[in-house]
Amino acid sequence: MTILTFTLIIFLGSMLAGFLGSLTGLGGGIVIIPMLSLLFGVDIRYAIGTSIVAVIATSSGAAAAYVKEGITNIRLGMFLEIATTIGAIVGAFLAVYAPTHLIAIIFGGILIFSAVLSFQKKVHFIKNEPATGWAKALKLNSNYPDINGNKIDYSVKNVGGGFAMMWVAGILSGLLGIGSGALKVLAMDNIMKIPFKVSTTTSNFMIGVTAAASAVVYFQRGYIDPGLCLPVTLGVLIGAFFGSRILTRAQTKGLRIVFAIVITILAIEMIYNGATHRL
Amino acid sequence: MKNYWQDKNIEVAIGNLLRWGVILSSLIVFTGGIIYLANTGGTVPDYKTFHGLLLPYHSFSEVLSGIKDLKGEAIIQLGVIFLIATPVARVAFSIIGFAWEKDILYIFLTLIVLCIIITSLALGVKG
Repeated sequence: MTILTFTLIIFLGSMLAGFLGSLTGLGGGIVIIPMLSLLFGVDIRYAIGTSIVAVIATSSGAAAAYVKEGITNIRLGMFLEIATTIGAIVGAFLAVYAPTHLIAIIFGGILIFSAVLSFQKKVHFIKNEPATGWAKALKLNSNYPDINGNKIDYSVKNVGGGFAMMWVAGILSGLLGIGSGALKVLAMDNIMKIPFKVSTTTSNFMIGVTAAASAVVYFQRGYIDPGLCLPVTLGVLIGAFFGSRILTRAQTKGLRIVFAIVITILAIEMIYNGATHRL
Repeated sequence: MKNYWQDKNIEVAIGNLLRWGVILSSLIVFTGGIIYLANTGGTVPDYKTFHGLLLPYHSFSEVLSGIKDLKGEAIIQLGVIFLIATPVARVAFSIIGFAWEKDILYIFLTLIVLCIIITSLALGVKG
């Protein structure tokens, strides 16, 4: 295969990954790693390095749209970034020293977990209680505008638990080269009980910075290869752009199921190949 | 509390910063890609084995000297560096918003996040 053919095939695959990732809300990174390692036999360390760059690209691209809606809780995001960035560095160093077959197995597990989570029924929490403890000290309670422009106040619960969960999300992001958006939303929805409109955008706000913290480690360790970053970054960006354009119109339920099945198959292959030391 | 973030459209400015960061990085990666594909013939590099630092362009100085020689790979890596810097620039930019609100606590927390990233930059160098 010539470099041009290889680059074009990876480009088209990444475009599809970015498109589906943005339609289903699972992100592009989660398909890039199995695509590169299982389909093209790329070493998982190159796959991780390429994926983290794609994650930064898509989250920054999406954030531009989210930020306009004005529902990101910037204070909450900034505070939790302390946990996710420290976690990301720990994760990136674990990745440097952990055996690759073990990383493949953990990746497969997280893949299944994320697919299951994407079906979880969204419970829309709006608690409005006076702030106490950490939420008060850190001024985390806030409000967001509803469709009619009315301000809806909400409070943030269990700050310590959310912070700890974010640290774990950061470690997984750094270890596996993914955004771990699913875990971040889980921490904010289920532990901190904030409205999911706010948690989705705030999670995206944190993904780019978290990924950047581990990307600087990966870059200097030779995980980030230009020949792979070229087709993957551009492909994922274009795919995600079109995905977000039709997101409001398309009926995504059927697509979600197909995508979840594909992801589960990929996950099983990752775990199998990891267990048999082929990755 | 005054909501500077929404009232003064600083969020819109941050959104634009991110958008332009991504567009600029993509253009650099694309330019480098054209040069890379035009100059590099032959078969696909061996990605099955991990070469780590045996291959060039994994530090800022290597990337810069590669750009001087108009190496496509070096230009792509510069685009990647810009891309990584984009969300970090957003964090740095947030300090302005918090400073406007005179929120010392959050200026401090933002600086901590920046310090963590700088630390990872320093720790990332293979010793």
